[in-house]
Amino acid sequence: MSSDTDAKLVRMANQIAGFFDTQPGKDAVDATARHLVEFWDPRMRAQLATLVEQGGGGLSETAHRAAERLARMQDA
Amino acid sequence: MKDFIIPWTDDRDLGTPAKAGPPVTLTIDGFEVTVPEGTSVMRASALAGIEVPKLCATDNVEAFGSCRLCVVEIEGRRGTPASCTTPVSPGMVVHTHSDKVRKIRKGVMELYISDHPLDCLTCAANGDCELQDMAGAVGLRDVRYEGTENHFAVRQNGEANPRYVPKDESNPYFTYDPAKCIVCSRCVRACEEVQGTFALTIEGSGFDSRVSFGARSDDALASDCVSCGACVQACPTATLQEKSVIELGTPERSVITTCAYCGVGCSFKAEMRGDTVVRMTPYKHGKANRGHSCVKGRFAWGYASHRDRILNPMIRDSIDQPWREVSWDEAIGFAAGRLQDIQAKYGKRAIGGITSSRCTNEETFLVQKMIRAVFGNNNTDTCARVCHSPTGYGLKTTFGTSAGTQDFDSVEQTDVVIVIGANPTDGHPVFASRLKKRLRAGAKLIVIDPRRIDLVKSPHIKAAHHLPLRPGTNVAVMSAIAHVVVTEGLFDEAFIRDRCDWDEFQDYATFISDPRHSPEATEMLTGVPADEVRGAARLFATGGNGAIHYGLGVTEHSQGSTTVMSIANLAMMTGNIGRPGVGVNPLRGQNNVQGSCDMGSFPHELPGYRHVSDDATRAIFDDLWGVTLDSEPGLRIPNMLDGAVDGTFKGIYVQGEDILQSDPDTHHVAAGLAAMDCVIVHDLFLNETANYAHVFLPGSTFLEKDGTFTNAERRINRVRKVMQPRNGYADWEVTMLLANAMGAGWTYTHPSQVMDEIAATTPSFANVSYELLEERGSVQWPCNEAHPDGSPIMHVDGFVRGKGQFIVTEYIPTDERTGPRFPLLLTTGRILSQYNVGAQTRRTANVVWHEEDVLEIHPQDAENRGIKQGDWVKLASRTGETSLRAEITDRVSPGVVYTTFHHPDTQANVITTDYSDWATNCPEYKVTAVQIGLSNGPTRWQEEYSDQAARSRRIIPAAE
Repeated sequence: MSSDTDAKLVRMANQIAGFFDTQPGKDAVDATARHLVEFWDPRMRAQLATLVEQGGGGLSETAHRAAERLARMQDA
Repeated sequence: MKDFIIPWTDDRDLGTPAKAGPPVTLTIDGFEVTVPEGTSVMRASALAGIEVPKLCATDNVEAFGSCRLCVVEIEGRRGTPASCTTPVSPGMVVHTHSDKVRKIRKGVMELYISDHPLDCLTCAANGDCELQDMAGAVGLRDVRYEGTENHFAVRQNGEANPRYVPKDESNPYFTYDPAKCIVCSRCVRACEEVQGTFALTIEGSGFDSRVSFGARSDDALASDCVSCGACVQACPTATLQEKSVIELGTPERSVITTCAYCGVGCSFKAEMRGDTVVRMTPYKHGKANRGHSCVKGRFAWGYASHRDRILNPMIRDSIDQPWREVSWDEAIGFAAGRLQDIQAKYGKRAIGGITSSRCTNEETFLVQKMIRAVFGNNNTDTCARVCHSPTGYGLKTTFGTSAGTQDFDSVEQTDVVIVIGANPTDGHPVFASRLKKRLRAGAKLIVIDPRRIDLVKSPHIKAAHHLPLRPGTNVAVMSAIAHVVVTEGLFDEAFIRDRCDWDEFQDYATFISDPRHSPEATEMLTGVPADEVRGAARLFATGGNGAIHYGLGVTEHSQGSTTVMSIANLAMMTGNIGRPGVGVNPLRGQNNVQGSCDMGSFPHELPGYRHVSDDATRAIFDDLWGVTLDSEPGLRIPNMLDGAVDGTFKGIYVQGEDILQSDPDTHHVAAGLAAMDCVIVHDLFLNETANYAHVFLPGSTFLEKDGTFTNAERRINRVRKVMQPRNGYADWEVTMLLANAMGAGWTYTHPSQVMDEIAATTPSFANVSYELLEERGSVQWPCNEAHPDGSPIMHVDGFVRGKGQFIVTEYIPTDERTGPRFPLLLTTGRILSQYNVGAQTRRTANVVWHEEDVLEIHPQDAENRGIKQGDWVKLASRTGETSLRAEITDRVSPGVVYTTFHHPDTQANVITTDYSDWATNCPEYKVTAVQIGLSNGPTRWQEEYSDQAARSRRIIPAAE
């Protein structure tokens, strides 16, 4: 995977998390994870999971935790 | 199945417009007739089947009463009133054909004809001339007057006739011949009332009066005329005449069909002689356009027979080779083989496709079906990704369905309109004319746009508020408006309590009431004066029926979806949903963007907006198609290109879409396409994407196939075939060939069968069929058991999702920032005469209005850089650079530059970035940080691009 695409995925995940972070009374991590499941194809999610395994540099806290939750959901 | 179908409707000109009112009964020539109060005697007569002779009256404009041909006698009234300007009254007794009025009419006609050339046999309007018809109708047999002066003879009394004005042929599509003019002023009134441009006027008075395109020095082309054709449509003689009719003669039959340009979806009559289109005229019973048209739909259809059109399939092994013309069998076999090889090597998900928002619903349905059922993945997307995908997300979240809430007729009952991020006079001209008509009748307008678009101020129109916001601050401005509505208590509590969740609104109200959202707090950020925002908010909340119309200036931002939700919030809090005159109205870009979304073009949604993970929905298609559909969402267009660059996505089928030109960050798109093993382009022309294609499948135009388009008001309109496909196959047949070559086994013989399949699988289309469309003309979805007549207005008794949902819309600035290197903001848009990437309109005479993209620059920014009008300027962003000519104008604010993206020579998308909407990946076209400076001409990139394009378009013809 190119670092270019990685950086783009990180930015996109952060944007999604950025929106859900502003939503009151909602679990932002859960909402972000659900958004990723709903709109990202499996390969993009796997790529994000790999990035998290590698430390998840650049991901916001919500995006990072959402990606971890995703990885767990996929393992399950 | 019969190809040529003409639905029966009463197409007569009833003389004056329809009125609404309580019934009035009168007697006309002994027949009793009942019509609505306010109806003219002329219209009442026509409805009773009695046609009163007329010249200056036509039912598209208000009565004028100038020709005196329609006079009648009314018992108990003195004289002979004009039937067009006389309203009916109860018990009225009218005589339309008494000796007295017959005599008057004959006299009037005699005078008209005395100043009209008698060259009927060679006149372009021969057989289609109301003057000719009326001469016959009144029994004119003799003209006793020999005028000593006239307007039609070139020479008179042995010298040049000072009253003769030669024909104006400056407009590419129609001529103005003053010699044929009877000064009925129908053209002038059509330009005012129907189009709203006020380009035409009557100059002089009495015998000297004549039609004029504004100033005496103006010809038709140089004037304000927008070439909508309303005047030509209104003209009763050959004075304003289509050049195509002059060349080809009058048509012999007509077929009702739907325009293939913008999302307004106007109904047209394709007027034919043999299999040649003589002219396209707006269909008066078309419910989107009500008899009006714009320059594109009315005139710009010549691309269908342009010499650039590719009619034979072509293939090549690699993109540096010239194209080889081959048989359909060979091309399809080659394409199918390559796609299957890719899947064998890289996996099922390594290929995908793009459905076309220019093709029919049926064609789009088949493309996504092929991808899901034959390719076996969900890698399908459509151009809506790059335009209205945030509308889908935003309106589904707040209202529960991904579509506009109103029909276009709704605007006639609107009191306050917000137009945000849309330029209807250019992008959706027929809707703009309907809106302007309402504005002239007193409705108020609020424009939220960085540019001073024409609606802000044009003849007899002036926006009450123009909020010229800094690009990228939509959410901040919408929040400021909502802040005023909430903190000043202007919201509609009853509506919110009834239709939404009151507690949820309380949360929202707490959020939006925070002083940081106030117009004063955001003024520095948005650039919009606080008092303007407050004024706009108060007007919208208290001004009566409020409607919001928006376009890509809302969606094509990193917070596109958030802005859509803020629009929905505003509509809900002000109670402007669920009745005529209000609503949230996305103006769709391409003709069938709505339809392509409805048909399941998105990678996460099956037809009818049902998520691919929904087992019950998948089961419907699994059973019918005999497959097991993938339950995971597929790739969106930008994701496909990223995958291609990464080497995981290797093949794509692109129907009727030019992603290289239309999608952002051209270098990235080119790199993605170049990295693929099989790019199949299915189009009319060798478009820019085809420079990177291995297979070219020729497409068919909307004139050459049957199907349906769905416009921005969810209206499903029929597209009817008026000629055989010049390339041999309709597009749905081409897709079927490819699918079958990959083992699909499809057996469709007509698009109506595809619609039946759509209806059988998609609840919102359950009652839609070609039979129903024949009967009704058109229908708006949802159309099913619950809504058998379709749904002109949505969310009438409740939101589709139950309660309307208020969403907190925090402003989050885009990552695209101006700075020392790139201090200006570029925003892009389109222009009236061109459409999208211009593939069609650039191949018509429309280029006379816009032959190149130009860069609008504020005089202050231009002066700082020494740029003058017409100079070549280099436009650079962090992604690329291009050069184009400067247009110095204060339409844009200082700090903002603007251009269009219609021409590949400029390729504005070299400049735009890969930033996108957070929810949908809709690209952020509307905000790019740029720098501009003087340049000597095209950049090296432009020169290389044009060389590469030329090399790529070489064709080796098939051996005979």
